[in-house]
Amino acid sequence: MRALTRRFGAWAGDPWRPPVVLAMVTWVYVLWSIVPVLIAVQFSFNSGRSRSTWQGFSMRWWWGDEQRSLFHDPALRQAMINSLTLAGLTMLIATPLGVGLALGLARWRGRTARASNLLMLVPLSTPEIVMGAMLFLVFDNLYTSIPLGRPAMLLGHVTFSVSYVVVIVRGRLLSIGRDLEEAAQDLGATPMQALRTVLLPLLGPAVFASLMIVFATSIDDFVISAFLSADASSETVPIKIYSNVRGSPTPALNALATAMLLGTTVAIALAVWSLRLFRRGERGSAVEDFARLDI
Amino acid sequence: MPDRSASTRRLWPTLAAPGVVWLVLLFLVPFYAILAVAFGDLDPIFGNAVPIWNPLAWDFTLFTEIVERVFGGELGKVFIRTFVYVGTALTISFLIGYPVAYYVSRRAGPRRGLLLGLLLAPFWINYLMRMLAWVNLLQADGYVNDGAALLGLERANWLDGRSFTVIMGLVYGYVPFLILPLFAALDRIDQRVLEASRDLGMGPARTFWRVTLPMSRQGILAAGVITALPMTGDYYTADLLSGSPRTSMVGNQIEFYLFEGSQKNAGASLVLVLSVFLMVAMAYYMWSTDRATRELR
Repeated sequence: MRALTRRFGAWAGDPWRPPVVLAMVTWVYVLWSIVPVLIAVQFSFNSGRSRSTWQGFSMRWWWGDEQRSLFHDPALRQAMINSLTLAGLTMLIATPLGVGLALGLARWRGRTARASNLLMLVPLSTPEIVMGAMLFLVFDNLYTSIPLGRPAMLLGHVTFSVSYVVVIVRGRLLSIGRDLEEAAQDLGATPMQALRTVLLPLLGPAVFASLMIVFATSIDDFVISAFLSADASSETVPIKIYSNVRGSPTPALNALATAMLLGTTVAIALAVWSLRLFRRGERGSAVEDFARLDI
Repeated sequence: MPDRSASTRRLWPTLAAPGVVWLVLLFLVPFYAILAVAFGDLDPIFGNAVPIWNPLAWDFTLFTEIVERVFGGELGKVFIRTFVYVGTALTISFLIGYPVAYYVSRRAGPRRGLLLGLLLAPFWINYLMRMLAWVNLLQADGYVNDGAALLGLERANWLDGRSFTVIMGLVYGYVPFLILPLFAALDRIDQRVLEASRDLGMGPARTFWRVTLPMSRQGILAAGVITALPMTGDYYTADLLSGSPRTSMVGNQIEFYLFEGSQKNAGASLVLVLSVFLMVAMAYYMWSTDRATRELR
């Protein structure tokens, strides 16, 4: 017994022992954070109506059921189409705006530039409910020619996405540095030519990552969409989940959530892959870059 | 020698202009709209909010009324409840998140990449789907109650308006956002500093308290702010996991006034009060994001 205690003492006192407790806490946390979602995915394949008692595997709620499955229910299909259209358009508008803003802010000096930089940062720190409320009130009272629903939702999504693009692109701009651009100018290129032939190609992967991340955050967004949505015709997938969860939904709702999860997973995987492209030959990993973005 | 002609000087502002104009029209002006509605009037016949756009004509009576209801009135209870929920949820989140961030950043060894990927996974799983998952698990005949029954405990109705469920929901929802900044801060600490501390005779516990923890202070602050801001404005977690007025948070009140109650001026006033409470946190977040993006490699 005493030998055992002494061995435990030596083990506990060894600073380089494997951190068993920490490892356990971490793995329990990881399981806790992911398993509930996997169970929700599992129930989208339930053969019965319940979302809490497993009754066997079927594709009934994906497309088997003629009325209420994800594939056949017009309301669920509409929500998916709305989410995808909104995310696609947001991505196409916010990315060029953000790339321009990042380039401009990186080189432009002076008081207006500093004020613009501040204006770009504020949306990042504004709680969604504040942003949702202000956009709702402005469309309700001032920009009354823009109806609530899809148009207002698009404008709102672009507004919160622009700053993400700036953060991603600026990070890349700083790591590129000014040397190549100045070399091009020394060789006779105008700043515009240097931008087009040197800087923009180097920014390619960051621009692609921005597209994907904007797509994923737009699909993911609930608050801004909910505040600016007009009626059932403009509901996105998160709004649909929100309004149906506490009712008596079928596992088709789980199927809807799973389908959306697939969409964002693909977008994020592409973003990580493109970040990895510009990390080629450098130390560290793309996943770690991603973790450091803090967004 | 870089070109200093007029067209060069105009290039960068021109590139930035569309984005700046967009943010002015769809961020600055909307913020002004909140002020105009909060300091506006009520229509004498219909009772709906009428914004006043001219700041010289602002009328503060309705706003003062709301502020009085926040300080001492029934809205004060909602604010206190919100801060208690957020404070408790944040504390629990740190107790879970710090050890996880510490292990993955410093001790995970070859499994580091895998674990980091798993820590990032909740980010692209929609928040509402993660809540939907818990609503399913917490049903009367759900897995949580099945597990409780196996242990001989009584089945409970978790979703009937319990503070416990809402706080656990907040923890579950926001822990991932807290772990990442902690991870980044702990990852930056130089291993040699920790070795030096040990060489100078400090044990693991004292090294942690006197070196690791102080060196991760900035990450702790950033993590707290990044998590507290959205948590304080959250309304959907309480709605989905309880739905009862007993667990109503500030966000629920704002949502109610803007949409169901259609007292938009009260909603706008509450948004303003909430923003004032969160101002310091927001300023800190902006400062640290700005610094972080400038330092990013």
